[in-house]
Parts: sequence; structure tokens; C-alpha cells
Amino acid sequence: MSDPTRRTAAELADALASGETSSVELTRAHLDRIAAVDGDVHAFLQVDAEGALAAARASDERRAAGTPASVLDGVPIAVKDVLATEGLPTTCGSRILEGWVPPYDATVVARLRQAGLPILGKTNMDEFAMGSSTEHSAYGPTHNPWDLSRIPGGSGGGSAAAVAAFEAPLAIGTDTGGSIRQPGAVTGTVGVKPTYGGVSRYGLVSLANSLDQAGPVTRTVLDAALLHEVVGGHDPLDSTSIDQPLPALVEAARQGASGDLSGVRLGVVKELTGEGYQAGVQQRFDEAVQLLVGAGAEVVEVSCPTFVHALATYYLILPAEASSNLARFDAMRYGLRVYPDGVDAPSAEEVMRATRDVGFGDEVKRRIILGTYALSSGYYDAYYGQAQKVRTLVGRDFATAFEKADVLLSPTAPTTAFKIGEKVDDPLAMYLNDLATIPANLAGVPGISVPSGLADEDGLPTGLQVLAPATADDRVYRIGAAAERLLLEKWGGPLLDRAPDLAGASA
Amino acid sequence: MTATTTDPVLSFDEAMARFDPVLGLEVHVELNTVSKMFCGCSTVFGAPPNTQTCPVCLGLPGSMPVVNGKAVEAAIRIGLALNCSIAEWCRFARKNYFYPDMPKNFQTSQYDEPIAYDGWTEVDVDGTTYRIDIERAHMEEDTGKSLHVGGATGRIHGADHSLVDYNRAGIPLIEIVTKPVEGTGAQAPQVARAYVAHLRDLLLGLGVSDVRMEQGSLRCDVNLSLRESPSAPFGTRSETKNVNSLRSVERAVRYETGRQAARLAAGERVVQETRHWHEDTGITTPGRSKEEAEDYRYFPEPDLVPIAPDRAWVEQLKAGLPEPPRERRARLQQEWGFSDLEMRDTVGAGALGLVEETIAAGASPAAARKWWLSEMARRANEQGVELTALAVTPADVARVQALVDEGKVNDKLARQVFDGVLAGEGTPDEVVEKRGLAVVSDEGALSAAVDRAIEANPDVAQKIRDGKVAAAGALIGAVMKEMRGQADAGRVRELILEKLA
Repeated sequence: MSDPTRRTAAELADALASGETSSVELTRAHLDRIAAVDGDVHAFLQVDAEGALAAARASDERRAAGTPASVLDGVPIAVKDVLATEGLPTTCGSRILEGWVPPYDATVVARLRQAGLPILGKTNMDEFAMGSSTEHSAYGPTHNPWDLSRIPGGSGGGSAAAVAAFEAPLAIGTDTGGSIRQPGAVTGTVGVKPTYGGVSRYGLVSLANSLDQAGPVTRTVLDAALLHEVVGGHDPLDSTSIDQPLPALVEAARQGASGDLSGVRLGVVKELTGEGYQAGVQQRFDEAVQLLVGAGAEVVEVSCPTFVHALATYYLILPAEASSNLARFDAMRYGLRVYPDGVDAPSAEEVMRATRDVGFGDEVKRRIILGTYALSSGYYDAYYGQAQKVRTLVGRDFATAFEKADVLLSPTAPTTAFKIGEKVDDPLAMYLNDLATIPANLAGVPGISVPSGLADEDGLPTGLQVLAPATADDRVYRIGAAAERLLLEKWGGPLLDRAPDLAGASA
Repeated sequence: MTATTTDPVLSFDEAMARFDPVLGLEVHVELNTVSKMFCGCSTVFGAPPNTQTCPVCLGLPGSMPVVNGKAVEAAIRIGLALNCSIAEWCRFARKNYFYPDMPKNFQTSQYDEPIAYDGWTEVDVDGTTYRIDIERAHMEEDTGKSLHVGGATGRIHGADHSLVDYNRAGIPLIEIVTKPVEGTGAQAPQVARAYVAHLRDLLLGLGVSDVRMEQGSLRCDVNLSLRESPSAPFGTRSETKNVNSLRSVERAVRYETGRQAARLAAGERVVQETRHWHEDTGITTPGRSKEEAEDYRYFPEPDLVPIAPDRAWVEQLKAGLPEPPRERRARLQQEWGFSDLEMRDTVGAGALGLVEETIAAGASPAAARKWWLSEMARRANEQGVELTALAVTPADVARVQALVDEGKVNDKLARQVFDGVLAGEGTPDEVVEKRGLAVVSDEGALSAAVDRAIEANPDVAQKIRDGKVAAAGALIGAVMKEMRGQADAGRVRELILEKLA
């Protein structure tokens, strides 16, 4: 078949089903692509060629026996390095977990294996998912395939870049404040943050437990829906997992692509547009909304006044939870162990301190300090307690908005990809990248980012975010697929076809 | 380890003459659920180190807890048995502090939303009933166990290295906290002991814990403060940790009373601190003072959803509670016809349930009490274990008594039967068989032995013939000696008197 790395997962699944190709062939092609371009992109922290090919062979045997494990059986995938993979190192982009090989699989990973998807490797990320650029990885930054001098977003820049650079047709990301959607926007790919509780968090190394959610990173909305249906659904190992069936996501994506949006009410969130958004980003957003209106949808402006406090709220809740989650990295049982210099017989406490000093990067330390402070006796009510109240209000704003609109729309990220190094010393500027994505995490509602075009001023990708009420993930697929189809028609082909060829690319 | 101290101590009587004690007791109970609080690992005591662990109880990155429904049920039943309100809605919280035996460096516990709160119970000490108000009973997980190797003290300082066994990490615990217990006066040590003993009976009755203090499944922290008079505000308290036997609870209260009284009498202040209890010397030494105390940074556990026990279920659990210990004791005392003293001794020895089961197995109340409070109590004491830990069952005791009643063994042989049962030689009947302990009931053999004894002791025989029946004892002794104790002494006496009539 023609270069399989350029095809969508749905097309690959069809090719496998028809016998046109084999999983081994697909897996090899993607491993070759990784070998060719990942030196420049650095999307992967670990490539597991042997494991992926073994899984591919097993998949081909199932196909030959007429017993495929799932629609996506044999389609390779990349997994963000924050999910535990049995037998495969899991570092979370941190030195402190260097060399740790989990003895168990995250539920998402177990479901991928069960469904027969060969795991190509583990993708780069900001350390413990703290960041919006993947520059905070202890193993070096990932580069945006659209411009290697720019960031691919974060924290899941590795997964988004792998998919954008055709190193993998599918990837898994995690989204705590936008870490799936914002990288999707700045790399011209699709990213979905499911409803909180819609995909198991068991085995996802927690950044902020009440915000984290794993989800699909793909090049098309249909691919995301296919992948979501594989990994989603109730898991008894995750007490926060929703005990009800997923909505029909693939069907919703197909329905959306058919184009008719009559009767659909689109809410444009006043607080998530305008000031602070790059002109080209805003322009592409406005055009996308017009296209949807052209397909029969109705637009209403909605106001969510507490969204302006979402960022501050997020930066209290997240560090508080993270400071506690990260306490377990103490050099006692696994991961890095550093003995303090010049101490003869160091105590356990001294070893913990030395290890955590060396093992954690600056951004991680910054958030541990913030979180420890926010939870301290005497400050809890003023910080963590207050943040939880605002969080409730954010949820109420969503509820009110969803009375007027079926879905809410905004640009995904306020800007296009910035230069590597540009914001790394300015945490507040970095945090502002997630302005539009954070409210969904605070409220637990699902969201998708689909490419909305290229900004005029820099020619870099921009994203359209679609948010829906909790458990109505089907709506983000329907509207996302509609926008995707209308934009593809306008562009005359996928946006990624306009990305530059990467040096060393074999295509 | 032996702790020494230079703390001056006032005699208890003197302390009581000058001060009024206020108690507070925190009891940790390990539940006897099959699996741990938040994972499926086994809770069986005594397994090889680190064989009952998984990613969850080891706190591996990415692992998540799932609440054990049986533990919640046990917590609610404990709360109900202590007349507590059961929360309509409550959460777990994280208690954050670093320690190598705590895999996540936080303990999943409950903080301001306990499952059970505002209860009370009553204990009796020497005929006086004391009401103990319960502040709360909450759920949490146990930590691992550290073993500090090398060094003189067994404490972390000075040790070469430490080993940690995580089998215990994640075992469900219920912490039961009293409100300040006032008005006990000089009875404070006994009230503290009686309360812990009462809890033990209550938990045993509920069947929720093994309540073995020697295995750590019931652990007590004793808070104590003194004040000038019952109307004065509370004094500063100390918290004595890990007081792990009933006797020690009483001793610790007594010691701390004397220690604090000496300080206050000398015009010094009591330092708010935790103190270590030393079983061997019966004293406490300072632990962590409040100034260095950790800020635990409690916050709701985000990996768990709130617990909202269904009201109908709670009512159902309430209806299914066993008879409360005090009511049960009153009923049993009446049924058995025990005096107050006999009942108190039975309860004090922790033998109530054993006696009840022994009676149920066929023994008379007097016989059941006799065996457990004398012979078994002595053996338990020798072995340094609780009565329930002895390798003899109520059914065994009832069977031995039946053998005595049937005349198959006498009291002396019965003790040997218990030796055999405790040595693992089998059931009482098997021990009688294997050891050949049955009383000789062969009249011919017995008669011949009596004849030989009379022949060998003509002087004694003559005295008996002369009417000095009391002299028969010497001949009985001789016969019993020849029969190696395996004869019914009463029958021997009858035979002697018949022959010498």
C-alpha cells in the first residue's frame, strides 16, 4: 500500500480488515518513520520495536484466524509516558523515575493491548505533566513538526508531535488543564479530553487526581472516536470512573461528518474570546463558527463570568493535589536514589531530600512548594477551600451555559506555537496558554480540539475547542466532525498536508 | 531496651489528693476483613515479609485505591454499637507526612468527616458505672512495619539500616476516639483499663476484629491531663503512644498521673507532647513535642468518591447488632447463677465468651468457670498469652469435664489431659487413649492394690479398725501411688473402709 504512515487509523483498520496490509507491515513502517524523523522531533522517550512487532505478529495471527480483537486490532499506537506500562520504562518525563519499570499496566494500556494495538513506545512530556510546552521534560524538549524551533504544546507534546509527524497514527495523551487539547491545537491534530471519569485513571501517574483525564490524540475526529471507544468505559479499579456505558461516539462522529447541523445551538463563550487571543487564532475561530452556522447551526453568545478566575483556581487545586501525589517519590523503593554529598552515613530523610533535590525539575519544585503552602494549617480555607468553592461556581456557569447551548465553542489555545525557550523562564506567561482549556477540567466536562487552520501572521496551526456537558462526549464528536469536514472541504485536504517535510523523511 | 528517666514522680495517692485527672483514649482496631482497606491483598497475620502486597498498597505510581465495602460495614457496626450517629455523607482525607513505612507518604484516613460520631458507652468499675462519650470512629489504613537493624535502641537513630514489611500497609483500621473523660477521680487507671477491655468485648461480639493486643490488632494511645479541681479548665495533656495491654493501660495512666503531678506540684508546666510507653520499666519518655509536630495538610482524598451509606442499610445493620456487652453480662450472670465477684473475675480474665461456649458445649457453669479461671488462666499466664490464644477450645474443656463426670479421669488426670491437648496430641479422648490416662475401674486390680496397702501398713490398718477413719488417707495415698494416680480416690476409700470394717 502507499505510505501507510500518511493514512488515518480508520483507513488502516479497513486495510487490515480487507487483508490489504498486515499489522507487521504497518508497525514496521511507523518504526521506520520514527527512526527517520524522531532524531529531530524527539516525540519518543522509549521506542519498543521488539514489543510492538511481537504484538503486531499476534494481531496478524488473529486476523488470519478470523478473530480480530477489535476494529483497531493491529493499528499501532504511541502512549504518553505518564501511563504505567508493564515491562516498559515509565518516567513521566522526570529524572526521579529514571529506569523505573512498572510491574503492572494502566487500565488504558491493558485495554489497548487487549484490543490488539501494538505499542510503539512512550512519548515525551513535561515532567509529571506540568507544563504547556514539553520543555520541562528532564529528557529534553520535543519539537513541533510544523517548525522544529517551536514547542509542540504540552504537557503531551510528545503524543501530539508523534501523530503530527506521522510517527504514529494514534496516541494516548492525558489532559489535566489542556495537555491533550492545547498540543492538538498547536500541532494541527485532534485531541479529546473525555468527561472526567469516562476513561480509567488507574495506572495514570497522577498530577492532579480530580482534574486528570486520559484521552485520544489523533489526526481525525473519527480516529479519536474509534480509540475512545477502545479505552473508555467503567473500570472498577478507578473509584471515580463512571459506571455507565459510553455514548455512541463513532456513530456521533459519522453523523457529524454528514454535515447537517440544523437545530444545534452553539454557544460562543464571551470570556474565552477576544482580548488575549492572537489575531490569527481569533480569525480562524470566527470563520469556523461561520462554517458551522452555514451547516444549519444557530449561534448564541453565552457568558461564564467565573471563567476569569479559573486559572487562579486551577493553580491552587492542582499544586495542592500534586504536592501530595509526588510525596511518594522518596528514593526508598524505586526510581532514582541520590546520597547527599559529604554525609558519612546519611539518614533516610537525608537521602529523600538529596534525591528529591536532584530528581525533580524547577517547575515540579515550584508546584510542590505552592501546593504545600496552599494546604498548610491556617491557609487551607483561604486557598484550597476557596478554590474548591470557585470550582463549584465554574461548574454552575457551565450548567447555565448548557441551558442555552448544546455545545460551547472557543479557540483552544490563545496563541500558536511559540519558540522553544521563549516562555520557559516566565511561568505565568506559560500558564496563560491553558486559559481556555482549564474550565473544562475544573468542571469535568468533555472537550475536543480540532484544527481550525493556520494563522495568517505566522502560518502555524490554530485550534477550535468544542465543549459539551458531562457524559455527552458524543456531542463533541458530532460537532468536531462537522467542523473537520467543513474545513477539509474549504482547504481541499488535510491541514497536515501543508506541514513541511521533515529532514530525513522518507516520503 | 531499657529506658531510664530522671522524671520525679509523685505517689498516686498524693497526686489524687491534689489533682483531678482527665482522660482521653484513642484506640486503633485492625479489622479482620479478608482483604485490605483499598486493595484485594490478604490481611492474614504472620505471612513472610512483603508477600501480601500489590501496586495499590505499595503506593506505586499510578495505582488507585478502591474502598473495601466490608470495612465500611464494620465501621458502621462499630459506630452503631457505640451509639454513634452515622454520617449521611463522608469522605476520606489524606494525612500527609514522610515516613519510609508509609508507601505514599500520606495515610488515607478520615479527617473532619468521620463515618461515625457523637456516641457513648458505659463501663463498670467496682460497682460504679462510668459513661464514656465517644467523639468519633473513623476509617483509615495501617502503615507498614519498620524494623531498625543494628544500634542499641531498636530505634531509627543508631541503626545500621532499616527493613520495612509492607504486609501491614493498607490493613483496615478503625480509630475510636473518646471525648475527655471526666469525673473518674482516683478510679482513672481502672476506668481506662475497663474501657479498653469493654471495647475489646464489644468488638469481639461484633466479630469485626481479632482484638489481639499482643499482635497489635488493638492498640491504645492514652491522653491524660491534670487540673487542680473538677471545676478548673483542662490542663495540658500528654499523649502516651502504643500502650498495648490492658495492664499497661492502667499502669500508664497511673505513671503519667504521678509524673505530671510532680511537675505541677513543683510549679513546672506539663509539656504537650507524645510520650513513649516502656512496658519493661513501666515509665514513659518524651517523644515528639507539639512544637516539632507535623502539619499534616489534610485534604479530601481525590481518588475516592464520598461514602453515603444508605439509611435503610444502616437501620438493617443496627437491627442486626449483637446484644451489648453489659446487657449480655447481666443476662449471663443470672443464667449461670454467678455471684458478682465470680462474674467480675470471669470478665476480668477475658473468659466470658470462653465460659459461655464451654457451657454451651455441655459443661456446668461452675465447672466451666473453674477450668478457665484456674487451670487455663495459669497456663496462659505461664505462656504470656491471652486465654483465647491457648491451643484448647471450649469444646475440649467441656469434654474433659464430661470425662471427670463420667469417672473416666479424676482432676489430676484431667490436668494431664490438658497437657496433651495443649501439646497438640489431639482431642481429650485421643490424649486419654494415647497417654493411657483412664482411671483404673477394674475392681479386681483395685481390690488387690488395697489389700497390698493394708498388708504393708498394719499399724495404719489397725487404727482404722479402731475407728480412726481419718487415718485412711495414708492408705489411699499408698494405693494411688501404686496405681500411678489412675484410680478414683473415692472408690479406693470406700474399699478400704469396707475391708477394715
